[in-house]
Amino acid sequence: MIKQHKISQGVDYTVIWLYAILVAIGILCIFMVEYRTDTDWIQTFLSGKTNYSKQLIFAGICTIIATLILLTDSKLFTAFANLMYIFGILLMLSTFVIGKNISGSKSWIPLAGGFNLQPVEICKIFTALALAKYLSRQETDFTKLKSQIIAGIICLLPAVISVAQHESGMALVYFSFFLVMFREGLSPIVLILGFSFVALIISTLLIEPNTLAIILTVAAIVVIYIFRKNIKRSKGILYLILLIWIASVGIQRFAVPFIFNNVLECYQSARVYSAFGKDYDCNLNQRSAKKTDKAPKKPDDYNVRQSKIAIGSGGLFGRGFLKGTQTRGKYVPEQHTDFIFASLGEAFGFVGSFLFLLIYLFLLFKIIAIAERQRSVFSRVYAYSVASILFFHIAFNICMTLGLFPSPGVTLPLISYGGSSLVSFTILLFILLRLDADRQMVLR
Amino acid sequence: MSVFNQSRGRVIQIIITSVFLIITFQLINLQLFSSKYKLAAENNAIYRKIIYPDRGIIFDRNKKALLENTISFDLMVTPAESKGTDTMALCNLLEIDTTEYKKRIREAIFKNTRVKPSVFEPLLGPELYAKLNENMYKFPGFVLSERSVRTYPYNTAGQLLGYIAEVDTSFLRKHKEEGYEMGDYAGMNGLERTYEQVLMGQRGIKRYIRDNKSRIQGPYENGVFDTVAIAGRNLFTSIDVEVQQLAEQLLQNKIGSAVAINPRTGGIIAMVSSPSYNPNVLTGNARRKNWGRMIMDTAKPMYNRAIKGQYPPGSTFKPLGALVALDEGLITPSYGVSCYGGYGACGGVYVRCEHKNAGHAANLRLALANSCNSYFSDIFRKAIDNKKYGNTIQGYLKWKEYMNAFGLGRTLEVDLPSEDKASIPDTSKYNHFFGGAKRWNSCSVLTLGIGQDKMTETPLQMANIMCIIANRGYYFPPHFVDSIENEVEADTMLLAKYRNKHIVTRISDSAYQAVHDGMHDVTVYGTAAYIKIPGIEYCAKTGTAQNPHGKNHSIFVAFAPKDNPKIAVAVVVENGGYGSVVAGPIAGFIMEKYLNDTISTEGLPRVETITKTNLIPDAIKRWYYKKDSLRIAKIALEEAAAKAEIQEENDKANTEAILESNAIPISGKDTNQKIKIKSSFMLNDDKRKRRDSGKP
Repeated sequence: MIKQHKISQGVDYTVIWLYAILVAIGILCIFMVEYRTDTDWIQTFLSGKTNYSKQLIFAGICTIIATLILLTDSKLFTAFANLMYIFGILLMLSTFVIGKNISGSKSWIPLAGGFNLQPVEICKIFTALALAKYLSRQETDFTKLKSQIIAGIICLLPAVISVAQHESGMALVYFSFFLVMFREGLSPIVLILGFSFVALIISTLLIEPNTLAIILTVAAIVVIYIFRKNIKRSKGILYLILLIWIASVGIQRFAVPFIFNNVLECYQSARVYSAFGKDYDCNLNQRSAKKTDKAPKKPDDYNVRQSKIAIGSGGLFGRGFLKGTQTRGKYVPEQHTDFIFASLGEAFGFVGSFLFLLIYLFLLFKIIAIAERQRSVFSRVYAYSVASILFFHIAFNICMTLGLFPSPGVTLPLISYGGSSLVSFTILLFILLRLDADRQMVLR
Repeated sequence: MSVFNQSRGRVIQIIITSVFLIITFQLINLQLFSSKYKLAAENNAIYRKIIYPDRGIIFDRNKKALLENTISFDLMVTPAESKGTDTMALCNLLEIDTTEYKKRIREAIFKNTRVKPSVFEPLLGPELYAKLNENMYKFPGFVLSERSVRTYPYNTAGQLLGYIAEVDTSFLRKHKEEGYEMGDYAGMNGLERTYEQVLMGQRGIKRYIRDNKSRIQGPYENGVFDTVAIAGRNLFTSIDVEVQQLAEQLLQNKIGSAVAINPRTGGIIAMVSSPSYNPNVLTGNARRKNWGRMIMDTAKPMYNRAIKGQYPPGSTFKPLGALVALDEGLITPSYGVSCYGGYGACGGVYVRCEHKNAGHAANLRLALANSCNSYFSDIFRKAIDNKKYGNTIQGYLKWKEYMNAFGLGRTLEVDLPSEDKASIPDTSKYNHFFGGAKRWNSCSVLTLGIGQDKMTETPLQMANIMCIIANRGYYFPPHFVDSIENEVEADTMLLAKYRNKHIVTRISDSAYQAVHDGMHDVTVYGTAAYIKIPGIEYCAKTGTAQNPHGKNHSIFVAFAPKDNPKIAVAVVVENGGYGSVVAGPIAGFIMEKYLNDTISTEGLPRVETITKTNLIPDAIKRWYYKKDSLRIAKIALEEAAAKAEIQEENDKANTEAILESNAIPISGKDTNQKIKIKSSFMLNDDKRKRRDSGKP
């Protein structure tokens, strides 16, 4: 009974409120998508047959899970972090054996009652815990390259398995841990390099190869001219510039086509190309050519186009709750899961979408604030992991619905329909709240 | 430890904020500055259903409906959504093959794009509709759309009422501002065309939300943007359906035309152009079948001879000649000439007269009753050579001005499309013909005075002149529509010209009396003496227009009763011979029917006889015979060559010839028409039966 008192003591209620508001918005959005004028909504809400009703049940389950997490001891998470990570990896690997194929990705484990579990969602939590555990070890010196590489492996191992399961969108999310590592001392050069690499890929897609090569060469010459005095003093800078130049040209001439033709699958390459308004010729794709002799169909950007139409038609104030014609006509595929932001944008317009974004932004900033007030490295790393994962999910998902980014297929946290997603984010957040409640303790 | 790298937390915050800013900018871009998405969403999700209003009804003067609306169905297709249709089943139902199916889909895409519905099979019969309706679930992308169709309970007045048809691209281009869309029907001829704006009403639009599979989800915004269809307004015409039917019957088996006008209002009681057609053959899906055949028919059933046929008026012109001379003060009713069988004052140009006895032209009344050519040649020269105007050209121009005032050589602006103005030749035409303004005089164009030479009139113009004479100097422009239901300002403006009284002459009543008496005498002891209307005295003038290509045209103009005229009639029967032979009795029965409401029992056998009289030229009969043969192409070629030749000869012959009595130079235009008929072909019996069976 004394323990009961202690639970509510340190818990951050702002985050709980934000969580509750977002889950509620999510259920309303799913309701909006599925609603039919002639149905009795009270009955369907209770029936458990419609998606919004199921989501309501998931929310109920999440409340229980959340309460249970808040009842546990923080030390539990530090103690079991590595074990759970191994469990998660095994779970992911098990999908190769007992996995169920849902929409082209064999990453689901069928559970009882028609529900399916996606281990890659759950594994994010374990990875966050494992990373936090590793970085908070007394003997870890994160300034050393070795520890950085180990941390990198911890983060990217699930991503690699995920790619092997054709669930590449989720793999991208695991790159969010680099933000955490940056906070813990990873050289900003890694981030800059990563960013430059992405920028180079995009410019390769947008600009004709030879023109881009010329532009890069000219840029290199200009940089050499600017730094000519420094170069006189040390030849090293010249070599560095030349190295970067060779790497850039090499990437744009060879690496990028290699990635698109040999690493990614046809539909993925086409998605990336179409996000930048280009057509991808699938005949170049080695992976799909190996699989089928049929001429690969040219995929179009129907999803993104319809999603943009839905959001664009919302205008300043939107069409109003349940009044979106795009939503009601089911023009946007997957509008209750990945593309749910499209319905929201159509119904509530710019004002609604912007307020919605502010809720997210407030949540993210709140979590960062929580992270910075932790005394223990474990809690701080974990908190930053939560913020980064949420941020990547939000950014990828919304950019996808707005046509700013190729669609990787990640959910909108706490809003999209789906038990795995909702439960994993709930666990993620409430472990953070549990740790935060014990922020005076130093956890290792 | 926790302070370590704390600034990097700030960096992460900045990264997050900048990504959110990018998202916000894109939101602003999409939601606030790109209107195309709103449009795209509406195109996606809003299904506009056009609700066609009922077209207005056209009534006759006794409020009998000349046409009615019934409902028919069109099979519409939206090509983009037609994937998955059971093509075979549909083809079997429609009795077409798959090539035809593909062709129609291609046409639909070409006409109306892939995403808009186009007509696939118009105006389905009731049986086909029932079959299709049961099977519609097999045909996604196809819908049955309701459409109002005309029917004609009296089977009459096809050329007057016109027809409605699907608009084509050229129509849409011409009527851009009027809101027509592909697939709409519009009046294409006759009153349907002239009063399209009144009859069409206002289309309503209902908006529905549809989903990605084009299933209707319910009304859009509860129907606040829907507009209600407003029915077209009715037209009340002066047509008397029974007179019209009788006139059509009488003109059966003939080529010609009849027009009857109420002189007091200018309202047209009946207007027939024969051969005519049953308007029901051009409605519904019968149209497709019959249209081509009717267009190709050499006797031109679609051609309204009453407003487009041009005939030299012949002797029926004479009363008009008298009016000109009277109005100019050149003669008085007591003016007379001595005629001994011809007019010789022009030397080389000698006009023969049918009468030789002295005193048959002692005054205007006698001259009219006897149709004395000398008398009217004389007064025509008086008008042209009038000292007041100095020279022939000026005199002629003044005369032409009179003619135009009487409604000749110009359109009367009747409320039917494509009225012809016929011809009162301009001086330039004669200058060109005679080789200079100084090289012709009143003698050169003398036969104009007896309705010959290069002058022509349409039957409508002839009837209108009867109105002027009956009214003693004024007329209302002939028209069909007396009033429009719920008349609005625009309608009043439309009808204003028909309510405007045109006063043509300032001739005294006593002078008019002489003209009336002369024309009355025609019916008492003159050429129309044996044509009687029981219980009614009437005035008339016969005419015979000489036709160099066959039997003369029979022309008859009249008005009745003599006092207080209520109806003015003009009848032209091509190849009918003397005016009194065919045209006269037809006009007589038309007047009798109108004035007495019925034909007397003595008259009925005569009506039968006239109906059966077949005056269609052999050439046309032959055409019908040959129609099916492959020789048609060859004949067409020969015909074209012959036509060019004959036409040249004729133009020359027309005015040069010194004409005997009622010798008729036929104007160029008229010749054209006649040659077309002549060098064309003919009804074989069984074809004719089929054609006639459509008529009452």
